[in-house]
Amino acid sequence: MLKPKKMDEIQKRLLMEIAGLHEVPEGAYNIRSNGKAIGRSSTANIDIESKDDGTGLDIRIKPGTKKESVHIPVVLTQSGLSEVVYNDFYVGEDADVVIVAGCGIDNCGTANSQHDGIHRFFVGKGARVKYVEKHYGSGDGTGKRILNPVTEVYMEENSSMEMEMVQIKGVDDTDRMTKAELAAGAALVVRERLMTHGEQRAISAYVVDLNGDGSSADVVSRSVARDDSYQKFDAKLVGSAACSGHTECDSIIMDNGRILAVPGLEANSVDAALVHEAAIGKIAGDQIIKLMTLGLSEAEAEEQIINGFLK
Amino acid sequence: MLELKNISFDVDADGQNKEIVRGVDLVIPDEKLVVVTGPNGGGKSTLARLIMGIEKPTSGRIYLNGEDITDASITERAKKGIGFAFQTPVRFKGLQVLDLIRIAAGKRLSPASACEYLAAVGLCAKDYIDREVNSSLSGGELKRIEIATVLARGSVLSVFDEPEAGIDLWSFQNLIHVFERMREEISGSSILIISHQERILNIADEVIVLKDGRIAEQGDREKILPDLIGTASAVRDCRVLEMPERSGQTC
Ligand SMILES: Nc1ncnc2c1ncn2[C@@H]1O[C@H](COP(=O)(O)OP(=O)(O)OP(=O)(O)O)[C@@H](O)[C@H]1O
Ligand SMILES: [Mg+2]
Repeated sequence: MLKPKKMDEIQKRLLMEIAGLHEVPEGAYNIRSNGKAIGRSSTANIDIESKDDGTGLDIRIKPGTKKESVHIPVVLTQSGLSEVVYNDFYVGEDADVVIVAGCGIDNCGTANSQHDGIHRFFVGKGARVKYVEKHYGSGDGTGKRILNPVTEVYMEENSSMEMEMVQIKGVDDTDRMTKAELAAGAALVVRERLMTHGEQRAISAYVVDLNGDGSSADVVSRSVARDDSYQKFDAKLVGSAACSGHTECDSIIMDNGRILAVPGLEANSVDAALVHEAAIGKIAGDQIIKLMTLGLSEAEAEEQIINGFLK
Repeated sequence: MLELKNISFDVDADGQNKEIVRGVDLVIPDEKLVVVTGPNGGGKSTLARLIMGIEKPTSGRIYLNGEDITDASITERAKKGIGFAFQTPVRFKGLQVLDLIRIAAGKRLSPASACEYLAAVGLCAKDYIDREVNSSLSGGELKRIEIATVLARGSVLSVFDEPEAGIDLWSFQNLIHVFERMREEISGSSILIISHQERILNIADEVIVLKDGRIAEQGDREKILPDLIGTASAVRDCRVLEMPERSGQTC
C-alpha cells in the first residue's frame, strides 16, 4: 500500500468536485496526480496493480465481492501535461460494486493539458456495476483542458451496468467514445449529463451492440449548450437478438449554442425493439414565467431550470 | 387593494385587431375574496395575466395599494406580493416538488414545512415531495401542486385561475376548505379566484361576471349570485368530474 502523499488545495478541490472526496476514500483506490500515483490501496477482494508496461492499471475484483467500492480519480494541475492511461477492470461473476472514476484539470498556464483515459470493463456473469465518472475543469489560463475518454464495456450473461457520466463545467474539449457489447440478459443503463459554455466543444458517441436475447440498453443524455459552445450526441444501438434498446437526447440550447443529435438504430433481428428520441430546444418561456411569478428574476429562473434539468 | 383603471388589451390576430379586454374598471378590496366568472373566452385568464404582468395592457393603469405597477415586471409584482396559480400549470423536467415550493417560499424550507403546503391541498406529502414536476404527474396532481406554490408564497393578493379544473370531487371538497381557510386568515391580503363553481362563488364576498372582455355584472355575492345559479357561470360540483382539461379556446 502506497501511503497518500499530501495534496495541495487545488488538488483537494478537484478531488472534491469529481469524486466527492474530502479525504482518502474507503475501500480500494488509486489517486493519480500529474501523471503519478500519489496514493493506492487494494483490499482483500479488489486488487489494483500497475500494468507491467506502466501504461495504466489492472483492477481485479474477485467473484462475489459485494458492496465494495473502487475510486480511481485523476487530477491534473500541471499546465501542458498530456497523458494517455489504460485502465482495465475485471469484475468477477456476481460481484456488486461501485466504481468512481473521473478527472479534474486545473490549468492556469498557457499550454494545453490533456488526459485521455481508456477504460475497459470486463463484467462477469451476473455481476452488477455502478460506474460514476465526473469531469471538471478550472483555472483561468489560456491553455485548454482536454479530456478524451474511451470506455469499452464487455458484459457477460445477466450482468448489469449503470453508468453515470457528468461533465458540467470547465472542460474545453471532449471527444468521448463509449462502446458496449451485451450478452444474453445483460442490461446497460447510461445517464449522461453535459453542459458546455464559452467556446467549448463536446462530442459523445455510443455504439451499443445488443448481441444476446433479453439484453437491454437505455442511454439517456441530458445536455445544455450555452454561449458559443457545440455538442454532438451520436448514439447507435445495434440489435442482433431479441433485445430492447432506447436512446434519448434531451437538450436545451441557449445563446448561440449548437447541438447535433444523430440517431442511429440498426436492427438485425426481427425481435429487436429499438427506440430513439431526441428533443432540442430553448427553455420553454412559460417555465421562466412561472418561476418569475414566484419572485425569481429571468436569469435566476433559467439557472433553476437548468440545475433541475441536469440534476 | 388592487385597482384596474380602464384596462384594455388588444392582440393582433391574423392581421386583425382583436379586443380581448375592453375598458375594465375593477377594484379588489383589502380582505375580500372576489370571484370572477363568465363564459369561456370571456377574457378571465387574460385579466389575471394582466394583473400578474405576464401581459401588458394596451391602455389603462394598474395600482397595487396605490402604487402604479403597470410597468412593473412579473418578478417585481411577485416581490410586491402578487401570487398567481395558472389555469394550465407548467411542467419542469428535473425540478422536484420540494424545489418548487422552496422557490415559492423564497427560503430553504425544511421538507416537513414544505409538506404542510402539500397536505393543505390534499396531497399525501411524502409521496409527492421528491417527485419531479414533469409529465409523470397527472393533471389534477399538478393543479394541486400549483395551488400549493401560491399558498407557500403567502401573497398580499393571490390569484387562482380555475383552481378546480381537473380536480376530482373528493379533492374539490378539500380545495373548498383551502379557500375557506384562506378566507378566514385573509387579514392583510385579498384573493381573486376565477371559477364557474357554485361552491366557490358561495364563499365570495364579491362576484364579477366577465363577458366579451367587459364586466357584465359586478357586486356583492348576495346581489349577483341568485341570477347566476343554474347558468354556466355557476355550475354545481358534479360537473367538476366531467370537466375536461381544456387547452385553448372553446367555441
Ligand atoms: N395572445 C392572444 N392572441 C390571440 N387571442 C388571444 C390571446 N390571448 C387570449 N386570446 C383570446 O382571447 C379570448 C379570451 O381568452 P381567455 O383565456 O382570457 O378566456 P377565459 O375567460 O379565461 O376562458 P376560459 O373560461 O375558457 O378559461 C379567447 O378568445 C382567446 O382565444
Ligand atoms: Mg381561462
